Amino acid sequence: MANAPTALVLKDIHKSYGDLAVLKGVSLTAYDGDVISILGSSGSGKSTLLRCINLLENPSQGEITVGDESLELKPAKDGNLVAANRKQLERLRSRIGFVFQNFNLWPHKTILENIIEAPVQVLKQPKAEAIARAEQLLEKVGLADKRNAYPDNLSGGQKQRVAIARTLAMDPQVLLFDEPTSALDPELVNEVLAVMKELAEEGRTMLIVTHEMRFAKDVSSQVIFLHQGQIEEMGPPDQVFNHPKSKRVQEFMASHS
Amino acid sequence: MDLQGFGHLLISGTWVTIQLALSSLLVGLVLGLTGAAAKLSKNRVARWLATGYTTLVRGLPELLLVLTIYFGGSQLLMWIAGGFGYTEYIEIGPFVAGVAALSIAFGAYATEVFRMAMMEIPKGQWESGLACGMSTPRTFFRIILPQVWRLAIPGLGNLFQVLLKDTALVSVVGLNDIMRQSQVAISSTKEPFTFFMVAAFIYLLLTAATTGFTMFMERLANPAARGNRG
Repeated sequence: MANAPTALVLKDIHKSYGDLAVLKGVSLTAYDGDVISILGSSGSGKSTLLRCINLLENPSQGEITVGDESLELKPAKDGNLVAANRKQLERLRSRIGFVFQNFNLWPHKTILENIIEAPVQVLKQPKAEAIARAEQLLEKVGLADKRNAYPDNLSGGQKQRVAIARTLAMDPQVLLFDEPTSALDPELVNEVLAVMKELAEEGRTMLIVTHEMRFAKDVSSQVIFLHQGQIEEMGPPDQVFNHPKSKRVQEFMASHS
Repeated sequence: MDLQGFGHLLISGTWVTIQLALSSLLVGLVLGLTGAAAKLSKNRVARWLATGYTTLVRGLPELLLVLTIYFGGSQLLMWIAGGFGYTEYIEIGPFVAGVAALSIAFGAYATEVFRMAMMEIPKGQWESGLACGMSTPRTFFRIILPQVWRLAIPGLGNLFQVLLKDTALVSVVGLNDIMRQSQVAISSTKEPFTFFMVAAFIYLLLTAATTGFTMFMERLANPAARGNRG
């Protein structure tokens, strides 16, 4: 996809908590339609990297570009970078979908209200339009009959599918998935992966932090292996899964297959 | 029961008590929310001020607050106004003094109730709001605050019951509430038992209504628990 326009560029992202360096200079480029899986053992900085992209964590150093717009950053007192322009941060965040491990649906709102909240409040869509779109999305994730239910009445897999629909309602340029199936019972994992696979096939740009090896191998255009805050290996799935150059990745794959 | 023509006086006293309680509730809720936000803020001065406020006010008897504000408030206001060149006499009426004292007390306790409720809201609720591009205030008012209410209402209901009964303290500075009107009736009829019983009955009615209202609000703030399963 090297000829496609870039959707997301990260340049030299660093993140430290005090003396502990979690990310030590990670750079990557996602072109439109790329599906990039980020693998690595726990503590390798995968989730932190994803959370730095929309500033849920403040990186200590680095550059973030969404589409052709660079996120304006400035140093804060604690040494981390914060948004220099709050309006721009909010605008870029609205173009970056984020799917959380723990769903983070809003329990006081119905499923439909969860989905239309941001389109109405942030994008200022007319309510009727947002509802029509939300109904389409619920259809797509197979939950049209749950529109008036509350999150607490859904299973984990259903919650995550709603969370994905909520993210899609913003029609984001890039979708970030932070271990979207890690909090699910094993029998509920596949229903979520099926939805994600469909999105990948539609040509959505996605960054996925995951432990689902088979899924990553199946849907990714690029696979990144993070180790101790650095990219240990990056390449097409066939390379990283079947012929990894790095010894560490070879060991990881051996223990995860 | 023969109220010997003092019935309308007690009714007007009840109305004053209700007004005083509701006004103090309203101001107190604002103080409580502000206090909780300050206690949880990153700003050290704000945290310090809020802690000073709750420690001081919760350590003082409400009666002392009422008397201080009623008798000391005028003096303080005139001193401040004097600084701006205003020299007329400023008087704080018993109602205003009562609202001030009771809402300051209510706000200090409500600060703790709101603070606990805010801490109960998982960080992920903030993050999912912000990640959609919502501003911090919008996330607070649309996502966090409705959930804070749900957790805070039982505690606030309790505090409001206490507030309702504390309104009787304001009768000592001459506010014509239930307490004072029944004393007026007693001093002329010499029937303390009758009129104190009537006053007790009115307070019980009001607190019972408060309990009912609290339960109603709890249901209102928790739509998910009403068992709507789509």
